[in-house]
Amino acid sequence: MSTMQIPAKIPLDDYSSVIGEGEVAELRTLARPLAGRSVVMINSTAVGGGVAEILNRLVPLAEELGINIRWEVMTGGEDFFEVTKSFHNALHGAPYHPDPRHFEIFRAYNEKNARRLPLDAEFMVIHDPQPAGLISYREKNANHWVWRCHIDLSHPHPAVWNFLENYVPHYDAAIFSSPEFAKQLPIPQYLFHPAIDPLSEKNRDLPPEFILDVLARYGIDHLRPILTQISRFDRLKDPVGVIRAYRIVRRYFDCQLVLAGGGASDDPEGATVLKEAQHAAEGDPDIKLLELPAWAPLEVNALQRASTIVIQKSLREGFGLTVSEALWKKKPVVASAVGGIPTQIIHKHTGLLAHSVEGTAYQIRFLLSHPDIAGRLGERGHQHVKENFLITQNLKRYLTLFLKLGQSC
Amino acid sequence: MNVAETPFEFFTVAYLTRIGNQSAGNLEELLAGLEQCSDASIFHHTYQTLSSHHFLTEGFSNDFAQWALAEANRDALAEQFAALDIRDYTSIAALRSDLCRVLRDFITAFPQFGRQEALDRFYFCESLEVTMPFALTATNLDEFRDGVATISHASFHFHFVTSRLRLQFRTNDFSHWLAGSLGLDSLAENINHIDIYTNTLDSARAKMLRLVDRERRKYEHDANPS
Repeated sequence: MSTMQIPAKIPLDDYSSVIGEGEVAELRTLARPLAGRSVVMINSTAVGGGVAEILNRLVPLAEELGINIRWEVMTGGEDFFEVTKSFHNALHGAPYHPDPRHFEIFRAYNEKNARRLPLDAEFMVIHDPQPAGLISYREKNANHWVWRCHIDLSHPHPAVWNFLENYVPHYDAAIFSSPEFAKQLPIPQYLFHPAIDPLSEKNRDLPPEFILDVLARYGIDHLRPILTQISRFDRLKDPVGVIRAYRIVRRYFDCQLVLAGGGASDDPEGATVLKEAQHAAEGDPDIKLLELPAWAPLEVNALQRASTIVIQKSLREGFGLTVSEALWKKKPVVASAVGGIPTQIIHKHTGLLAHSVEGTAYQIRFLLSHPDIAGRLGERGHQHVKENFLITQNLKRYLTLFLKLGQSC
Repeated sequence: MNVAETPFEFFTVAYLTRIGNQSAGNLEELLAGLEQCSDASIFHHTYQTLSSHHFLTEGFSNDFAQWALAEANRDALAEQFAALDIRDYTSIAALRSDLCRVLRDFITAFPQFGRQEALDRFYFCESLEVTMPFALTATNLDEFRDGVATISHASFHFHFVTSRLRLQFRTNDFSHWLAGSLGLDSLAENINHIDIYTNTLDSARAKMLRLVDRERRKYEHDANPS
């Protein structure tokens, strides 16, 4: 059974306390003409990763609005997911050696899934490259098909993008997370920002005693400034660069650094990167390298809330929702100006951007010296997320898209 | 209390952002884009961005100004772009003309900056609008107040800011109705003077509600002078 059963529903009215009654009433108004109409969302994983996290929240909210929505997960063997992983990396610009067998495996699993998945909903939303080939099984002009690409396509490997180009132009529209990721395509391309759920375990308010308990568990001193980066141990997140920036800051401030994330236990490269970070952190008990389980939302929430400054010193980034998570918690953020980060961090308005280790260190020192400015940035960052990067906004964009597509027929 | 013959009908609005095919890496390319892009694109980068960034009241007024400042490093040009007040325009054509004039004048005065590469490109996008009645109407000042207090940010912005483009007057839907249907010219004028650049949508709405409440107290006082 691949239709996703959503475990815990959060009623839409619960969001009134966060976004206001007017915004919730607006969602109900926009959804009225869509009541009873069918939507199928298809992706390739039920748990883990940002897409599953968003669908887990989006689907029940749309259902509550009266939309006949289903979330389906495509199935595949190890060979399929190995191929799509290599496609994923290649689309991010990693080296790739084209292999005709890869394209055959991709086609075969899309065909298998087309036979068992419902493809007749009025609105079909296909997430990311893995199920993109399902469009080949669309009945001509029978319904609306949208491809939602969550990954950074700004520097794709041409072999993989050329292959995907066999499919993407057959959709009615494509959605990207940044204008920079859009391609030259003969179909309309729309901008949707990824979103966080303010009521999820990762983002909801926490009792102070729980936060202190988490800090004590990891040996973090709550009385001294805490600098935190939450990210997988991945070279593109530059944990060693963060440590170098922290060491510069340490010359001026008695602070601590927390690098927390998963990915080291099930990813050989992650384990190597963690070792590199451990080596760089050697001899400093104030650097905490925390290997969290893949899904530890409350701990992540507590660490972000306990932080004095949150860092996101990525070298490449799709969107970087950890930035929105920190801003939602009114934290001042120092982050690299890459991928979708500048959409969230408007320099000097909602946080500070940096382009180097030295720049990152300088911005951190500046904020530690000016807590009033840090507070203002955090406050405005929170407003920015509230206005643009919450799950309710994401829902509103989908409703608007369906209304527009519905008008076009 | 006056009762309007024509009720005020609250609408809500949602925008879909369409990514355009144009982008600019320097000021000359930005000028070419400004001259050629759609009206929906000019709207997106001025009116719509003011709504989605309403909480930034210090120095953020439109995407062109922000890009000139943050990406092209041209503070003086950013100031000129930011000084264009969308309340002065009743058509996108007039706003586009002034945006182009500001940029053309700058490039003429400082030709050395025309082709200087910006840190990041400017991507032209468009706002596609969907409007819908909110199922909320007002025929007197009390109902009007309740409606204004209830509606979403997008709805408030639609009636208070973008209305100029629909009405083709330098006023907003609220003031237009208060003056035309309830005869409250002074209240209408005071509401029209609320500054949308130095207020957030929340604080602009709060100011408006205070003005409406003051008017309602006048009614009560006139009805019960003792």
